[in-house]
Amino acid sequence: MSDRMLASGNEAIAMAAFDCGVNLGAGYPGTPSSEILDEFNRLGGRAEWAPNEKCALEVGIGVAEGGGRSIVTMKHVGLNVAADPLFTIAYSGTAGGLVIVSADDPGMASSQNEQDNRRYAYAAGVPMFEPTDTQECYDYTIAAFELADRFRSPVLLRLTTRVCHSKCVFVRSHAATAPRTGSYTKDSGANVMVPANARKAHRRLRADLHAMQQENEKGAYTLEVAGSKELGVIASGIAFQHVRDAAPEASIFKPGMTHPLPVEAIRSFAASVKRCVVVEEGDPVMYEALRVAGIAVENKPEMYRFGELNVARVRRILAGDVSPEPAPVPGKPPQLCPGCPHRKSFEALRDLNCIVAGDIGCYTLGVMPPFSAMDISVCMGASITVGVGLRKVLPEADARRVVSVIGDSTFWHSGVNGLVELVYNPPATGHVVIVLDNSTTAMTGMQEHPGTGRKLDHVTPATRLSIEKTAAGIGIKNIDIIDTTAENERFKELLRERLASNDCSLIIARRPCIIALAKSKQYAKGE
Amino acid sequence: MNTTNIIVAGLGGQGVLKVTDILAEVLFRAGYDVKKSEVHGMSQRGGSVSSEVRFGENVASPMVPAGECDLLAVLDISQLEVVLGNVRKDGAVVTPDDVPTDKLAHPKALNTMILGAMAAKLPQVKDEALWIEVVGEAFPEKLRDLNIEMFKVGFASQQR
Repeated sequence: MSDRMLASGNEAIAMAAFDCGVNLGAGYPGTPSSEILDEFNRLGGRAEWAPNEKCALEVGIGVAEGGGRSIVTMKHVGLNVAADPLFTIAYSGTAGGLVIVSADDPGMASSQNEQDNRRYAYAAGVPMFEPTDTQECYDYTIAAFELADRFRSPVLLRLTTRVCHSKCVFVRSHAATAPRTGSYTKDSGANVMVPANARKAHRRLRADLHAMQQENEKGAYTLEVAGSKELGVIASGIAFQHVRDAAPEASIFKPGMTHPLPVEAIRSFAASVKRCVVVEEGDPVMYEALRVAGIAVENKPEMYRFGELNVARVRRILAGDVSPEPAPVPGKPPQLCPGCPHRKSFEALRDLNCIVAGDIGCYTLGVMPPFSAMDISVCMGASITVGVGLRKVLPEADARRVVSVIGDSTFWHSGVNGLVELVYNPPATGHVVIVLDNSTTAMTGMQEHPGTGRKLDHVTPATRLSIEKTAAGIGIKNIDIIDTTAENERFKELLRERLASNDCSLIIARRPCIIALAKSKQYAKGE
Repeated sequence: MNTTNIIVAGLGGQGVLKVTDILAEVLFRAGYDVKKSEVHGMSQRGGSVSSEVRFGENVASPMVPAGECDLLAVLDISQLEVVLGNVRKDGAVVTPDDVPTDKLAHPKALNTMILGAMAAKLPQVKDEALWIEVVGEAFPEKLRDLNIEMFKVGFASQQR
């Protein structure tokens, strides 16, 4: 086959997963990770959207514990949701292979924070690979599964926006292998993390990490670029590519496996050059590890912790330039699409002077003028519970203005738990929750979810979960379904009425996303 | 050989990424090392969108270094001031004012007309058949001929 092609990092990861015979790909959509599972599905792999990242990782753990291979994909903040299983599966390990893809968003092109998930590799004690381009996305996914086999360890594949979405020329070097057949061997001493077992497992984990470091020191995952003895640079991820442009004369040490770091190899490198600078996007993670090891390396100035790096910024880092950077000319900010069903909902919330606890999705753009109808937004699913908290502390007149607004995909992700909290611990004034149900995961590219009635491929039917029945089962008293565009005045009336009552009320503002509607017609026609 | 830098900018929904996808594929098939960069997600909801293509013998960063763009195209004139600062002194710029928009068969095909004008400014790929092949592959059948036609109109508009 013609295996040299132009592809994004996300596409290459999907191809590698397919070529490794991954039994199941699971995840929750999130920029910049979303395309991996779509592509894995397109190649013929078994890919599924889970309701949230924790569920995805746990399903992935089950597959790997049963001797299979799984890949679990999410954006950086998704790993916060999946952190609970991560920290303990690091102890017990898995019989098969489990690779967790964390796609970070430095610069926050489409995220609420720019946390650096390399910290998770250190905190949980899992090995981590950081590709710098499409080829390495492919190669390191394969390397990650090989490492997982040898150490029975989950492996973190840490990406950033530019690695996920940049297209580069790469070679798909491996032929596809068939997925493994699962098999179960009882080993509760290794797999049931009661304290007596976990104490042993933690020691084993630290010993394994030490062994992995010894292996990493040999250089199988390291690229050293010979250059000037005056300037040495240690760079990982996309920063390495910027360094090649910014300082073509420099000696470069690029670790591909960045946890556990090949500290001794880096010590020799640093000793071989006069000046040694760590160029890494985000937090000074490598810098801190190297300083703890007593290696004399230079950190980037603090101002470059913020946002993405690029060639110009790397030049400034190497020049020690901390003068103010030229401000970019502001572009046109994103906004709710013309014809978006959320528009009328936010107009009403604005007109009724509501205090809006919002959530994560397209509708977070309700914060923008002309709506200016969002007052707080934290993380996936937080709208309902933050609204409950606000109602519990504000004076009654203000408490009655509080509304929680959440999207349909976000509702299934982690909003359901909020409804449970609301019914169990209701504020004295009750509460009003609005689910903006546009029947898709719009922001990340119109993915399916448990409420759409279709599987990841947009075609295969799935059980369609009902928001209204779920809410009724949990015990929400008033449940209304309304099209806020077609019945705008009735929506305002209903909202006024619910805000005045002391009940827990749910209003489902249901009207499909105009973009998703057009797409679903195409899918139905098989286009 | 030095790396050549291209930026295409516009607004969400105008087909900016389609232009750079085609550009990158043509340059790849013409034998160059190519990297293409873009940003997805929230920034695409009707807001400014820009995408970058770099090609040459051996491309490192996928992002065009500030002030080093050789060829800039904007699909909406409002975006010119946002990205113009990235262009070299002797760099080329293509805007909708440079192409015969009165000949647009469909307003959404502005991107392929601008692409045609860009192709005329890229002497590195002289093979017009290659351009047309890749443009054709980029669209479903019912839109194929129209987009190839618009590409040709854009290309011809730069021939003097």
